[in-house]
Amino acid sequence: MWKSPRTGGLAVLVALVTLAPLGFPNAYFYDVAVNALFNATLCVGLNLLVGYGGQISLGHAGFFALGAYGSALLTGRYGLPPLAALLLSAGVVGALAFVVGRPILKLKGHYLAMATLGIGIIIHIVLKTESAVTGGPDGLGVDAFSVAGLTVSGDQAWYWLAAVLVVIAVWLSLNLVDSPVGRALRAVHGSEVGAEVVGVDTTGYKVLVFVVSAVFASVVGSLFAHKNGFITPDIGSFFRSIEVVTMVVLGGMASTFGAVVGAVLLTLLPQFLASFEDYEAMVLGGIMMGTMIFMPKGLLPSLRLLLAKRRRTP
Amino acid sequence: MSLLTVEGLSKEFGGVHAVEDLSFAISPGTIHSIIGPNGAGKTTLFNLVTGIYTPTRGAIRLDGHDIAGRRPSELAGLGMSRTFQNLQVFFNMSAVENVMVGHHLHLDRRFWASLVRLPSVVRRDRACRAHCVELLDFVGLGRYVNSDAASMPYGALKRLEIARALAAKPRLLLLDEPAAGLNATESREIDEVIKKVAAMGVTVVLVEHDMKMVMGISDHILVLNYGRKLAEGTPTEVRANADVVAAYLGAHV
Repeated sequence: MWKSPRTGGLAVLVALVTLAPLGFPNAYFYDVAVNALFNATLCVGLNLLVGYGGQISLGHAGFFALGAYGSALLTGRYGLPPLAALLLSAGVVGALAFVVGRPILKLKGHYLAMATLGIGIIIHIVLKTESAVTGGPDGLGVDAFSVAGLTVSGDQAWYWLAAVLVVIAVWLSLNLVDSPVGRALRAVHGSEVGAEVVGVDTTGYKVLVFVVSAVFASVVGSLFAHKNGFITPDIGSFFRSIEVVTMVVLGGMASTFGAVVGAVLLTLLPQFLASFEDYEAMVLGGIMMGTMIFMPKGLLPSLRLLLAKRRRTP
Repeated sequence: MSLLTVEGLSKEFGGVHAVEDLSFAISPGTIHSIIGPNGAGKTTLFNLVTGIYTPTRGAIRLDGHDIAGRRPSELAGLGMSRTFQNLQVFFNMSAVENVMVGHHLHLDRRFWASLVRLPSVVRRDRACRAHCVELLDFVGLGRYVNSDAASMPYGALKRLEIARALAAKPRLLLLDEPAAGLNATESREIDEVIKKVAAMGVTVVLVEHDMKMVMGISDHILVLNYGRKLAEGTPTEVRANADVVAAYLGAHV
């Protein structure tokens, strides 16, 4: 049982997130790790849409930002408990994704990319200009996250919360992918007409996975807001949307663990490249181009293929 | 009573009449073939019947209920399934997973149950996998169960589509050129599979150019030319029809 990629992979993930802090010499490492795990959770959700469902969203940072602002406003202005605010924001973002998803997911390829890009940009602009509500470009302060009187404070506490979150996200994603719903979703990616004729409501599944991935983004956004204590509209910028899609593609599309690897790598990479100073962005771009040319399936699936080949030719 | 009835069916693409004023009926438990020269409207007819196209005019009845304009996914629920001339295989999945998607409507499709992996979902999935492995055996793909669809040869993919269509438990199965691109041996194997399917009580409608196959297995043949019905009848009747020979079969058959 432990040898199956499912349970085995989950065990490795749990072991890694549990043991990783042993190698953290100071609080800064925890801070970076929390961001890496937040990104990983977001990417696991986005991978359901992009990797498995075969759809694209270039506006996912928008849903992330809405979750963040939702939590900030509901707790700060209306005094809701943070967990209630997180859930309510996720519900509203899910409903929004449902409403916009139905018309735009009829589009394919570049057209869908453009439409989702538009959604992301609209959200970004609204957050920036509605300063009476959102504080505009100056941003917004956010209260600490607390559940039942217990406040999550300090980088270590946040690390463990983020670790539990990513493990849950991976577990849910693995469950979904290997289920009737997940197979229908992958079938939509494989051939829409082929899926339709055996009874798969293709539009319904596309909308469903769009909503699910938006809810993942919203939940991570809410927690990010509480952890950071301060948010600006730029967390929902176009660049941020591109960044999360790149993480999914780099790690390997249609691979849940690949999404985690991609997110962690792209969050950590700038730290390692800090010594390149001004050339950091160029090196990052070079690494990404190299990956796409030499490992178009993404890191994890390419590694798996390589291992399988090695095993066949001992 | 007829399982499928088509009355005055027409489909126009711009000014082109792909199918024009076509009427025929298909009785249950038989093998029907639709033949005709390229461009005669055979595939268009399939796409109309299976809901991929909406008819310009006319009625399509399944068990007496008008189904014209219904979505393919709804028709699957009414017992209609099909394969494609140009493969519509899920290349991102394994062979058995392709067939399991065919079983979609007979599984627990609740989102939350799938998300938390309820034991009942796992149990039914396991039973579904076993059933689909049997179906792969049935079409002669037993050795490909866990292969990636993308790594399977063309002839096997043709049969994979048949297995997927069967997993939906259809009463009416439409096969669009199941033998196209296959060699003589593979053709014969497909031929056997179709006969076995029909013997299970599934009504089969096929579009095919392989005349040996068509004449050998069909109970009834419909001949199309320029979107209209040229002739219909038993293989013997069709073969003897002078119009059919002139338009399609040629004198030597």
